[in-house]
Amino acid sequence: MTSRFDKLGVVIAAIVAYAAFAAPFATFRANRIVPGEARSILEALPPEIGPLLLAIVVAAALIALLKTPLILRLAASVVALAALTLLIGVAGSFLTPEGNTFARVSPASGFWLLIFAFTLLLADVLTRLNLSPSARIGVLVVAAAAVGLLLVSGSWDNLSILKEYANRADSFWREGSKHVTLALGSLAAAVVVGLPLGILCHRVEKLRAGVLNVLNIIQTIPSIALFGLLIAPLGWVATHVPGAASLGIRGIGTAPAFVALFLYSLLPVVANTVVGLAGVPRAANDAARGMGMTDSQRLFGVEFPLAFPVILTGIRIVLVQNIGLATIAALIGGGGFGVFVFQGVGQTAMDLVLLGAVPTVALAFAAAIILDAVIEMTSTKRREAQPA
Amino acid sequence: MKAWLPSLLRLVLVGLLVAFVTNPGWFEPLLKPLTENNAPAIYNQGSLLTLTLLHLRTVLIATVAATIVAVALAILVTRPAGVEFLPLSRSLVNIGQTFPPVAVLAVAVPAVGFGEKPTLIALFLYGLLPIFENALTGLTTLPVNVVEAARGAGMTGWQRLVKVELPLSMPIILAGIRLSVVIGLATATIGSTVAAKTLGEVIIAGLLSNNLAFVLQGGLIVAALAVLIYDGLSAIERYTARRMGRETR
Repeated sequence: MTSRFDKLGVVIAAIVAYAAFAAPFATFRANRIVPGEARSILEALPPEIGPLLLAIVVAAALIALLKTPLILRLAASVVALAALTLLIGVAGSFLTPEGNTFARVSPASGFWLLIFAFTLLLADVLTRLNLSPSARIGVLVVAAAAVGLLLVSGSWDNLSILKEYANRADSFWREGSKHVTLALGSLAAAVVVGLPLGILCHRVEKLRAGVLNVLNIIQTIPSIALFGLLIAPLGWVATHVPGAASLGIRGIGTAPAFVALFLYSLLPVVANTVVGLAGVPRAANDAARGMGMTDSQRLFGVEFPLAFPVILTGIRIVLVQNIGLATIAALIGGGGFGVFVFQGVGQTAMDLVLLGAVPTVALAFAAAIILDAVIEMTSTKRREAQPA
Repeated sequence: MKAWLPSLLRLVLVGLLVAFVTNPGWFEPLLKPLTENNAPAIYNQGSLLTLTLLHLRTVLIATVAATIVAVALAILVTRPAGVEFLPLSRSLVNIGQTFPPVAVLAVAVPAVGFGEKPTLIALFLYGLLPIFENALTGLTTLPVNVVEAARGAGMTGWQRLVKVELPLSMPIILAGIRLSVVIGLATATIGSTVAAKTLGEVIIAGLLSNNLAFVLQGGLIVAALAVLIYDGLSAIERYTARRMGRETR
């Protein structure tokens, strides 16, 4: 069956056909909580733009469907994604009646499916291009800049999610910085404690199983429960240790969330440090000893650099996991983007949920790409430094 | 450590867990000091046993569904017909893992309404990834000589898959299922924020009424379940790994 069709292209074309012609492109609501009315591409866009978008989408799907050169597929996916993201903003302005501040327009399933289909195409092209780590970070920066430009230009201002944002601009950035502080701060604390602990576990074999088992058990405690359980001891510390309360240590709020995230982060950091150090070739260690290096020289000069990529993998796991878990901190008053997610769930306001969920996913995604690239760079450097 | 000690500890934990969910009243004196203003020490808006069983049922349904789909997909992309999808599926798994469970849960609510459904969807999607990734690792790192021998013995593609490739990958696939179950047990508690009947209900009731005893009992039951299930699945995994002569991890 060596046909002229690309197999992935068949899937993409099927999704596009359904999404463009059968599914709603945008949803219009008279206010933010009433059920929405579906609008197709032709209904949602001005008469001269709607057919144009349809044409772009169909052409891109055809390019995906046939076996075409990679560069053409790349162009098709980028043009289609750009057209979709730009025109959903136009749909927002077109559907909102002049001067009506209650009406809400949000992207509907058809829009999301089209975005999904062309992201699939783009991901496939990027995977096949086998980009270097720095090129991947470059692509990420360009994509982030494009989204930033769209946000600043105001072309999305008539979409519901940005109306939710406009009502909460101050708290959005406050919760956002809290979210990042929680995720990064607990990671930093886990690295400061976890690295020495990992080195200790590597050197003292008796400790290893015990420490790793305890950390494993901590990982199995559900996050909500761990957040909740820390309220009591921290509340006790706040009332009984002088000066603790003034440092911001309190039963509810950021402190228990920070401690819980720190505890969750320890296992990947410690475990990967142990695995990384155990993987240092014996010959390297023997050579270092033979050169008369002291234990600490050997640790910092030989073992640590060689184990670094593995330790970095642990840090990547922790960072992505923490960015996601920090959303739950909102349940115990710890702040973060979770505040909007849970408020949105409470008010059944989908756009408010998205206001919390989209930045969280974007942050985690960016963190994963950047750290993956850094890991690849450090491990290739290591391979070049000591040819087998 | 004596060899029988871990087994004894497991037995004690099982005993305590069963006693607690069936007769929580026995433990009231232990939890009483954690409450204030004469608040109830034992969750009183539903039976702990029912909630525990519902919790387990949710995780079980989601994991079974996720296992079937994930293993089927992994088999598909490792066959000659699906090999075009292999690199893409790898990067999709990578991308998918960056989605936090809460976000999946919250986004599913408007589509399917409150209750058990969004929780099942979130658990299913989140459970897919570890199983798919492990099944892929298992099926792509088979010892070449064994596969060649099976081919040489005249086995068809289907026979090789069922009699050689799947059994050999089983320990690694099981490790993925174990990971997915533990994540699922924890994520199911978050499901209670969208009104699913799970043990999260107890924890959230405790957080809302500032009743630490509730938080503690909900959290401990889930943690005990997770530890026991994790342990049990690891044992099955070690057993199959020994039979297949393959080390996991």
